[in-house]
Amino acid sequence: MSTYILRRLIAMPLLLLGVITVAFLLTYFTAADPLTSIIGERQMNNPAVVEAARERWGLDRSLPERYVIYLGNLLQGDMGTSFRTRQPVSQDLMVRLPATLELVIAAMILGTTFGVVLGVLAARFRDGPIDNIARFFALVGASAPVFWSGLLVLFIFSVQLGWLPGPGRIDSRAIAPPFLTGFYTIDTLAAGDWAGFRSVLMQLILPASVLGWTVTGIVSRMVRASMLDVLGQEYILAARAKGAGPLRVLIHHALRNAMLPTLTILGFSFAYLITGAILTETIFSWPGIGSYAVAAARGLDNPAIVGVTIVGGAAFLITNLLTDIAYALVDPRVKLSRQEGA
Amino acid sequence: MSVIAAPKARRRVFLPQWATLPVILGGAILLFWIVVGITIPLWSPYEPTMLAGMRFQPPNAEHWLGTDALGRDVLTRTLYGVRHSLPIAAMVIVCAVLIGCTLGAIAGFVGGIVDSVIMRLVDVTLSFPPILLAMAVTAALGPGLGNAAIAMVIVWWPIYARLMRAQVLSVREREHVEAAVAAGATRPRVLVKHILPLCWSPIIVNATMDFGQVVLLVASLSFIGLGAAPPTPEWGQMISDGALHFYRWWIAAGPGIAILSIVLGFNFLGDGLRDFLDPRSK
Repeated sequence: MSTYILRRLIAMPLLLLGVITVAFLLTYFTAADPLTSIIGERQMNNPAVVEAARERWGLDRSLPERYVIYLGNLLQGDMGTSFRTRQPVSQDLMVRLPATLELVIAAMILGTTFGVVLGVLAARFRDGPIDNIARFFALVGASAPVFWSGLLVLFIFSVQLGWLPGPGRIDSRAIAPPFLTGFYTIDTLAAGDWAGFRSVLMQLILPASVLGWTVTGIVSRMVRASMLDVLGQEYILAARAKGAGPLRVLIHHALRNAMLPTLTILGFSFAYLITGAILTETIFSWPGIGSYAVAAARGLDNPAIVGVTIVGGAAFLITNLLTDIAYALVDPRVKLSRQEGA
Repeated sequence: MSVIAAPKARRRVFLPQWATLPVILGGAILLFWIVVGITIPLWSPYEPTMLAGMRFQPPNAEHWLGTDALGRDVLTRTLYGVRHSLPIAAMVIVCAVLIGCTLGAIAGFVGGIVDSVIMRLVDVTLSFPPILLAMAVTAALGPGLGNAAIAMVIVWWPIYARLMRAQVLSVREREHVEAAVAAGATRPRVLVKHILPLCWSPIIVNATMDFGQVVLLVASLSFIGLGAAPPTPEWGQMISDGALHFYRWWIAAGPGIAILSIVLGFNFLGDGLRDFLDPRSK
């Protein structure tokens, strides 16, 4: 097992380098003039700025030389300047990261909790109406485009029913809590602002549900399958024979073991959540990395797009690595099967 | 990506074995869209870019899904939309399968350095969240449906390369392959005649399910503004319009339901196909 984890840890920086290389090639082979994509068109008439950018990014050098310069700049956290916000891309991303994390974590909690409950119910009442309803609900969640379901729930729950607030991370009349972590839920609590905390939570409900719904299906199918697997084993029969109640058998004996395989899909569902977050944030005017990426893509803001791509790729790689390690630690059997498949 | 499982196997009298409920349902949805896509110019009362009436009419007898900001008929545009989504998705899937399977088969069969190079390429490509890579590639190539399609092939081929390689690796160990080698068959012949024919079922299942995902991603890219350009009746583009006129919910409703139904259809079909082609997965 330790060799497996070690191999994954060694592969990690190499994959990251691969991600960065792809991002670099994207800037190199872009249809637009690479210079304009770094400093923006307005500065093109300023020879001093043009010369400085040419120098710093080595635009008059050969491809390998430019690659080395790019890596060097990146190591110093320099991803170029967004020509939309006129800020360094890395700074833009740092400011927006907490908003995205808060949304994704909330969606993950909602989506997986709901998925586990649905999965357990579906396994317990296998092939019955509850199973079928759970299956249908999960399937619709995985098939609906979030950029439409987001609009729909906003219209229904915010406009028509008025139960929940409209888009945005915080009520439009309120001011942002004093900066501590960038997570509004934590910051409002830290400031002792209960009304603010409640308002922030209300703002979170709709986008997190829409986003979480996309992974509910994957989680519930996985939990259902492994529950059925576990429920057929002999120790369950033994537990029943000893007189354990049905609920106790289901939760205490079966679910605990069925959760193991579910771990593997957390990484997978994270991929789904990143994809979904990009579009969900756009619909809900959520000031995170996703809406930043979309605005950048709409404005053909190349440094920003590439920056987001690198950060997204890195996040993706790290989550997958953590999931695999957690899984290998929890289930020793994974070692063999992984090596065969690798 | 398995979201639904097969219903319990029953003895059937009238229907062939592959015709389970998910397959029939999924097939019916897709058949509907294919028929609509081919025949719509023959019977549609409006043109997709025609000004068909007053702007912003809610659904009524004349315009079943209402009209949009320019007075175009939403239902007509929705139905015409399939003429963009399905062909592009088909093209993307075919290219991704061809490229991915060729490289995957070579990697699995030849092994060694060729295998390493191809699979590292696969690893790196799969390190990106799909939509981000598609966005970055499309933005670099320049917005447009064609470039979006190229970007999606780049995003999708590694999945098939990995699948195909695993299949080839497992089939290659079987005894009939050994027998063919012993009988003096050349290496290309062994690969094409004795290994590849046994590798297709997971590829077909995956391609069917991915079809829906590609439709979804095309629409997403257009929604962002990297795919279809405005007058085109493309679903993502139409939803983007609908988001601008948020209180006129019907503008986005047609394309939204269209995407939902087509993705559902492919998921149903893929799931049913898997149960039929790969009974072990039940």
